[in-house]
Amino acid sequence: MSSITSVFRRRTKLVTLRRRQFSSDAPNSRNRTSERIEKILIANRGEIACRIIRTAKRLGIRTVAVYSDADESSLHVKSADEAVRIGPPPARLSYLRAPSIIEAASRTGAQAIHPGYGFLSESADFAQLCEDEGFTFIGPPASAIREMGDKSASKRIMGAAGVPLVPGYHGHEQDIDLMKLQADKIGYPVLIKPTHGGGGKGMRIVQSPNDFADSFIGAQREAAASFGVNTILLEKYITKPRHIEVQIFGDKHGNVIHLNERDCSVQRRHQKIIEEAPAPNIDSNFRSHLGQAAVSAAKAVSYHNAGTVEFIVDTLSGQFYFMEMNTRLQVEHPVTEMIVGQDLVEWQIRVANGEPLPFSQSEVPLSGHAFEARIYAENVPKGFLPATGTLHHYRPVQVSSAVRVETGVEQGDAVSMHYDPMIAKLVVWGEDRTGALVKMKDCLSNFQVAGLPTNIDFLLKLANHGAFENGEVETHFIELHKDDLFIDQNDSLSTEQAYNAAIHGASIAAACLCEREHATMREGFPGNLSVWYADPPFRVNHCAKRTMELEWEDESINGGSKPVSADITYLPKGKYLIETEGSSFPDLKINVVHLRDNDYRVEHGGLSTNVSISVYQKDEMEHIHIWHGPGHHHFKRRKGLELAEIDEFQQKTAPEASSHPPGTVLAPMAGLVVKVLVKDGTKIEEGQPILVLEAMKMEHVVKASTSGRISGLRLAAGQQVSDGAVLFTVKDE
Amino acid sequence: MLRTLAGKFSSSALRRSISRRSHPNSPGKLTRQLCSSILPDTLDRSSDSYARNSDAMEGLISQLHSHIQQVMNGGGAEAVKRNRSRNKLLPRERIDRLIDPGSSFLELSQLAGHELYDDALPSGGIITGIGPVHGKLCMFVANDPTAKGGTYYPITIKKHLRAQEIAAQCRLPCMYLVDSGGAFLPKQAEVFPDKENFGRIFYNQALMSAEGIPQIALVLGSCTAGGAYIPAMADESVMVKGNGTIFLAGPPLVKAATGEEVSAEDLGGASVHCRTSGVSDYFAQDELHALSIGRNIVKNLHMAGNLEGHQHTLSDFKEPLYDVEELRSIAPTDLKQSFDIRSIISRIVDGSEFDEFKKLYGTTLVTGFARIFGQPVGIIGNNGILFNESALKGAHFIEICTQRNIPLIFLQNITGFMVGSKSEANGIAKSGAKMVMAVSCAKVPKITVVVGGSFGAGNYAMCGRAYSPNFMFFWPNARISVMGGAQAAGVLAQIERANKKKAGIQWSKQEEDKFKAEVVEAYEREGSAYYSTARLWDDGVIDPAYTRKVLGLCLAASLNRKPESTKYGVFRM
Repeated sequence: MSSITSVFRRRTKLVTLRRRQFSSDAPNSRNRTSERIEKILIANRGEIACRIIRTAKRLGIRTVAVYSDADESSLHVKSADEAVRIGPPPARLSYLRAPSIIEAASRTGAQAIHPGYGFLSESADFAQLCEDEGFTFIGPPASAIREMGDKSASKRIMGAAGVPLVPGYHGHEQDIDLMKLQADKIGYPVLIKPTHGGGGKGMRIVQSPNDFADSFIGAQREAAASFGVNTILLEKYITKPRHIEVQIFGDKHGNVIHLNERDCSVQRRHQKIIEEAPAPNIDSNFRSHLGQAAVSAAKAVSYHNAGTVEFIVDTLSGQFYFMEMNTRLQVEHPVTEMIVGQDLVEWQIRVANGEPLPFSQSEVPLSGHAFEARIYAENVPKGFLPATGTLHHYRPVQVSSAVRVETGVEQGDAVSMHYDPMIAKLVVWGEDRTGALVKMKDCLSNFQVAGLPTNIDFLLKLANHGAFENGEVETHFIELHKDDLFIDQNDSLSTEQAYNAAIHGASIAAACLCEREHATMREGFPGNLSVWYADPPFRVNHCAKRTMELEWEDESINGGSKPVSADITYLPKGKYLIETEGSSFPDLKINVVHLRDNDYRVEHGGLSTNVSISVYQKDEMEHIHIWHGPGHHHFKRRKGLELAEIDEFQQKTAPEASSHPPGTVLAPMAGLVVKVLVKDGTKIEEGQPILVLEAMKMEHVVKASTSGRISGLRLAAGQQVSDGAVLFTVKDE
Repeated sequence: MLRTLAGKFSSSALRRSISRRSHPNSPGKLTRQLCSSILPDTLDRSSDSYARNSDAMEGLISQLHSHIQQVMNGGGAEAVKRNRSRNKLLPRERIDRLIDPGSSFLELSQLAGHELYDDALPSGGIITGIGPVHGKLCMFVANDPTAKGGTYYPITIKKHLRAQEIAAQCRLPCMYLVDSGGAFLPKQAEVFPDKENFGRIFYNQALMSAEGIPQIALVLGSCTAGGAYIPAMADESVMVKGNGTIFLAGPPLVKAATGEEVSAEDLGGASVHCRTSGVSDYFAQDELHALSIGRNIVKNLHMAGNLEGHQHTLSDFKEPLYDVEELRSIAPTDLKQSFDIRSIISRIVDGSEFDEFKKLYGTTLVTGFARIFGQPVGIIGNNGILFNESALKGAHFIEICTQRNIPLIFLQNITGFMVGSKSEANGIAKSGAKMVMAVSCAKVPKITVVVGGSFGAGNYAMCGRAYSPNFMFFWPNARISVMGGAQAAGVLAQIERANKKKAGIQWSKQEEDKFKAEVVEAYEREGSAYYSTARLWDDGVIDPAYTRKVLGLCLAASLNRKPESTKYGVFRM
């Protein structure tokens, strides 16, 4: 997809000036030449596997992919020279099974194993196992992983090395009462965090002493489920923090440098969605302090290979504290690559080969600004819940020297519940932050995904927000600006604006659909009938008209479906007159020219724009996505003409299934029931937690929609529920 | 006055410039030399007659559109609202959803029943026409429940039977969209007893079914008494839950007859007929579902296509070189004015190419070969009165076309056969009879368009209604009668005067003029295209600009069957 080599080509000057080749006459190079890595097994999947394969190919290194049954025909498998099946879909039976991966490496004769990120990347045991079995682990030494993996231990080490720490409790003693005492001592708000793992899993913020116990127990359970260890640490919770991290790199000769910082403050559910490098609104003095602290941290654990030292920056005091060190290549590493003009995967491989770093600290370049936007399959209005489904339409933006798309999926692939629901990373580079931001907005509005809900529109709103444009980022950014980022159904003005935009989208979609339908029909039938399919459809002494009844999928909070009806009159030469009912919108005379595939050029009122349309069938409905300018709308249409294969007496349940009796509570996502908190038939209060669901290792508490008596609750822990399944009903007392 | 003049001037000037610009591919001198069959552009766009004709036609077309607009509204706002409240679509909307999306629909006799009865009966209370479903052309017959409850007036029956006749002739599957209260009882004497009355509908269904022409009924509303036989006689039928009912006698009649109290749904609803009685085959949840099933039935017909008739159809064809909209400016509303029928042909046929047959003989009848949307056709058009030679030429040309299975297009603008002693002595009756014989027996598809007058025996020789053309259309300016109004008035006045003279009554000039005026007025009224189309003497009035289009659709529909060989009767030599 994207080409990192082109990044280098773009800045040949910069490269020749600053890019230092790894020296081939490194110490012991004679001994190691025969041990140079020629074949790598990538113990990962998705975009990162594809990313690593790409660099390996460029270096002439052969690649081996591993895959679970769910990924049999996925992009990373197709991209690799060889691929080995390692087990069934659940990660713990495949991508997390170290022995299977070692076996795959032996079988294919790979000399090195790249763990990517996630899965086994931060397993010290796995790193150790690789080395023990004679494979080069492309990553830090097992000892460093182990030391940094234990959050409490890492803080002790960092404290000793003089890296500033957030006040907190990192003790082994985990008694709940003691923990509570410690929390009281630190002062609320207090952050509860599992000592192992990352990505915000199991984290809780406790605002007052009363909430401590519940959150503590929840965090323990989630930690146990995700990481197998349930020890917890406590920290002072910083109210207005920024998340700034430093990319460090070390070689096996004791050299450690940093490659500047990244700001990853914009997060939802404690997970990053937009990252950038360098961090906005900091000075070079702060940058070098931060960098020095990061290098000290790495040196404290004799680090080599790629790593990231995360800091929390208190924007009020300007103080920064060590948070943790991630002993792997991070998801957001491309933003660093873009500003230093280097390929970090190549560095990883070369360092693993024993080569020294090509740069000294003073030689590290910093050129321009880069953003990464993570495109996820997720349900933004439902609190960013992970979503699953098929990518019925997937057309990322065109890549260039300044635009990268890191992806592991193709059109037609499924985003399953087994793995991370990230679809792609959009990485853009610009001469400065403003330039990069302009590019990111443009790319986001042209990034087409249909078939499952995504956060693209939300990312676009974020990128367009004034505070973001000014670089006023902080980890509570989304919460702080939620009124601007989400359309509140109670706000009639913005609701009406959104509705009018949808009507406009529906009008254009209707015209394009007519054109599309017509073209399909015309091609489908023998020549002697072509006159019956001429454009426009003929009617004796009047114009052909039709009504297209669409449902607009309003993706704002509590949006739901809204009917939109368009009356279409066919005019000659691909022109359509569109009249929409019940809106203040004027009638449109739309001229449609089909360009290719899903692309149309649409003109109305002297204004012509490119439009893309995607149509697919799902749940007995036709889904229509339209991208027009910066707008994207999703409509549904009942399949009126072609008979769905439905039993006529069963059909009753099908279309009406969406309208449940009041009080019905549906599963907000597909997932596993972790705990059922109340018994069927009990009296409950509004907002009371009823059960806990888990999907993608995230827990989600399902609460009572209203007060009343619970009925129809027949679930037990360990049961799987599908998205939208009826969980229980709350009956009025 | 000044304004209209100016408007007229500028609009015709505009038209001229548009027509010049929009035809960059007008034949150059070279092409014209190489392809002598391309008809030249002889239209004088700066002439007074051109402007006069366009203006007159503009008025006629806007009158046509206003008539059409009226029938499009069905039985009025109230009835339409009531229909919608029952979750029912209007008949044309039903058809629009049955035919392939974005495909054409050739509606027939839109103005049937126009000013025919004391009450308005838009489109005769029934919508008929042809459209493709999954690439198969079907005949649609859809009751309009908003027009007098979808009941059958005499003209409703005539229109229904005409649709069946076309379907039988073109072997088109029939889709009956039933939503009718049955026969209109006050006119039972005109709808029930005769041969071409209500019963004929079912007779036709039976015969077509026997011929292998599928008969499909969608019961979308009530289907009472005689109407019940439409789905019952169908090969396959669909019923909509709630709205569709079939019974020989409705609940009130049942109560009166037997005392049984029963709801319409329990008496003859979809559930009864799909589960218990077997009167219907498919149970539809709602109307859209029924329409989907209807499409599916057609999809599954798997009728062996007959495509032999199409083997000469070119898929790649040229549009006419001249603007088809100019057809609106060619035909004079004053039928005494003559015009060259070739200027119409050149705006109907592919590439304006016309290979004329016997061009120099019998020149008042123009005959020749061309293609319309790639389909070869033989065209017969009038360029004046029919003489002996013209009639013989016509008969000869028809024989050629039937031998070669070439469909015939008749462009009627005929005042009749030449009269007078010389003509009679030459045996004009004999020559005319030859042409009438040829027209009658010709088994190739025949399509007639009346572009001007259709008078007397000329109507016969030029394949008038009585000669069963597959389709017959009128231009809005067209007129039809046994002879011209003035001639008829003259003849009748002569007889009247003779009668009065016999009776010894003095007939004043004034009285005679009044008598003549009345005759002329009656002929004027009864000779109009609307008088004709209201009574189904044709299949519809069309805008001249769409003649090519309509012919193309009709040809495609007519060629939906295997060619038949023609056998002629005795030609009087």
